Amino acid sequence: MLEILVFSLLNGVLFGMLLFMLSSGLTLIFSMMGVLNFAHASFFMLGAYFAYQISTVTGFWIALILAPLLVGGIGMLIERYGLRRVHKYGHVAELLFTFGLAFLIEEIVVMIWGRIPVDYGVPADLNFTFFTLLGTNFPAYRAFILLIAVMMFAALFLTITRTRIGLIIQAALTHPDMVAALGHNVPRVFMMVFGGGTALAALAGVIGGPILVTEPGMAFLLGPIIFVVVVFGGMGSLGGAFVASLLIGVIQTLAVALDWSLGGTLAAIGINLPVDGFIGTFSRITVSQTAPILPYLMLVLMLIFRPKGLMGTRES
Amino acid sequence: MTPKTTLTAMTSAIALAVAAFGMAGAAYAEDTIKIAYIDPLSGPFANVGDAGAKHFSYFIDYFNANGGFNGKKLELIAIDNKSSPKDSLVALKSAIDQGAHFITQGNGSHVGAALSEAVAKHNERNPDNRVLYLNYAAVDPALTNDACNFWHFRFDANSDMKLEAITNYIKDQPAVKKVYLINMDYSHGQSVSKIARKLLNEKRPDIEVVGDDLHPVGKVKDFSPYISKIKASGADTVITGNWGADLSLLVKASASAGLDVQYYTYYGGGLGTPVAIGAAGEGKVKQVTEWHANLPVETPSDQGKVLEDAYVAFLQKYDLDFYYGRIRTMLGMLQEAMNQAKSDEPVAVAKALEGMTYQTAMGPVTMRADDHQLAQPLFISTFVKGVKYDTEHTGLGWKTDAKIDGPATETSTTCKMQRPS
Repeated sequence: MLEILVFSLLNGVLFGMLLFMLSSGLTLIFSMMGVLNFAHASFFMLGAYFAYQISTVTGFWIALILAPLLVGGIGMLIERYGLRRVHKYGHVAELLFTFGLAFLIEEIVVMIWGRIPVDYGVPADLNFTFFTLLGTNFPAYRAFILLIAVMMFAALFLTITRTRIGLIIQAALTHPDMVAALGHNVPRVFMMVFGGGTALAALAGVIGGPILVTEPGMAFLLGPIIFVVVVFGGMGSLGGAFVASLLIGVIQTLAVALDWSLGGTLAAIGINLPVDGFIGTFSRITVSQTAPILPYLMLVLMLIFRPKGLMGTRES
Repeated sequence: MTPKTTLTAMTSAIALAVAAFGMAGAAYAEDTIKIAYIDPLSGPFANVGDAGAKHFSYFIDYFNANGGFNGKKLELIAIDNKSSPKDSLVALKSAIDQGAHFITQGNGSHVGAALSEAVAKHNERNPDNRVLYLNYAAVDPALTNDACNFWHFRFDANSDMKLEAITNYIKDQPAVKKVYLINMDYSHGQSVSKIARKLLNEKRPDIEVVGDDLHPVGKVKDFSPYISKIKASGADTVITGNWGADLSLLVKASASAGLDVQYYTYYGGGLGTPVAIGAAGEGKVKQVTEWHANLPVETPSDQGKVLEDAYVAFLQKYDLDFYYGRIRTMLGMLQEAMNQAKSDEPVAVAKALEGMTYQTAMGPVTMRADDHQLAQPLFISTFVKGVKYDTEHTGLGWKTDAKIDGPATETSTTCKMQRPS
């Protein structure tokens, strides 16, 4: 049991960190800029595919730097020539635009790399066991993910709250007219922030690709959960996204370990529910069975009881 | 809308519908026989659906060029069902509107069940425009038991039959002592978990089932927590009916945690899975299938050589492994049934298929008349290095451990079938 608990915590934190890397970009784009970007997970996927392609030529480490830069560049172009025109028509237009974009990116990926997963594995330099605890290995690559995520959080947090650039970004998002009046190029700031957000998603893809499966369905698989993180953490709050990611990661992972069911518990104290029918089926559902949908339950409850999220600064 | 325009709109809608219906009826007279392929072509399982479509188009071309179907050619219509039963029903409607009297589907027994029921209903209401459902991969035993119907034929061994094969093999493996079951939480996975317990208990009562997990389909991104549980349970063997990303992620997480167990899978060789599993599965992942690329190499025969050549040609054409041996068998049997019946009318074809014995390179197969379930030889194989044909450029491929003949895989059925008069 101790073994399960320790590793569940470790893996929960790890999964949380991966979620955070993915959603930090969306926090910038969605909850700070206010752009409803449905295609965010697609940039994550592009990051993984670009990294795979680059790493076949140059190795993993160069891909780690190059792929996010490339995807960030694409993000800036999309903001400059697509989103900027759509933005003035409001959220619905943005939603539709990015929704279409997500499909477009998926189809392009399929055209270039096919539907079968690509062979993007853990780099040889990091393919060893970091430590063995209670008979289970903890791979070095997972430790590497933790390290990158922490560095990313620190860098992002400091940039936004402690630097002059961060100050202009924050001001441009809330008071664009004033910032423009002070002589800053607000549209350019928006473009940079969007590009930065997509680059962050791509970085998560570069790093997540080897432990997830790099295939065209991966964006679809991760798309919804990152919105959960951002909304649960609270709009406009990077710290909130960080805490929410960790919470979701750990709760979801720990829930898997619980074979607790309503029927089983009642039976243990002598109440036997009927085995068949709706009640029977319902009472046999275990907590571990529901684990992957718990984040969505958490989202719904959060929206009902505290619409601005954990540390949100805005209502919507 | 004014009442008058509403009326005009309604009449034109009815006129259109009548025209469409008339066109569908006329399809009998055309030169091609249409078969609709209803499977996911988008979403998380799109790679599996796409590969199936390629198998069909390849072997349909092959049989069209080799004798055709009662003098006609078969034509494939691929329709995306997004893995959803609801969308499949829309797809079925569209297939019928396009004049297809044969539909095929394989991914997801929940989808299979919905289609089977819808086809039966449709045939009851439209005796002039009937449809046959040829199932190449949905393996829930219910489809040929309580939920069976005359219009459904299954060309894959059902989940019970595969488990029968797996447990017969495990019976003679003394190293297997503790088994962990992990499956996707829908009809197929639930039935694997239930039947595996039953059969293990019958054949090796000394084996302990140390865990039994069901997880949501296509929603788990990191299987590490499940691996911790398996590790803690002390299991030496895992039996899983998982497929696609849900299997790849499971084995990957297992390897990175250093978990040393044997995986008995249904779909270890499934499209995209070997490459995703990679070296992590070497010597650890087993599968039960009716075909893998090294079978003709292991037991050479003239017919096997034809299959081997087909494998190589398929690989060259699509850069994809020819995985569904049963799609070839299914189309071959369909060809023979139409030639025998001298018709492509669904009832006549169905009657010709019932009880048919067909020779494949792997041995004879029989379509049981009682429940429309194909009995075919099954093979248990392990993912290893050093075989003639590796799979998906991984350097690893499948090597046979055991063969189970068709009749030995048969299980009893509770099907009570009503046949059209």
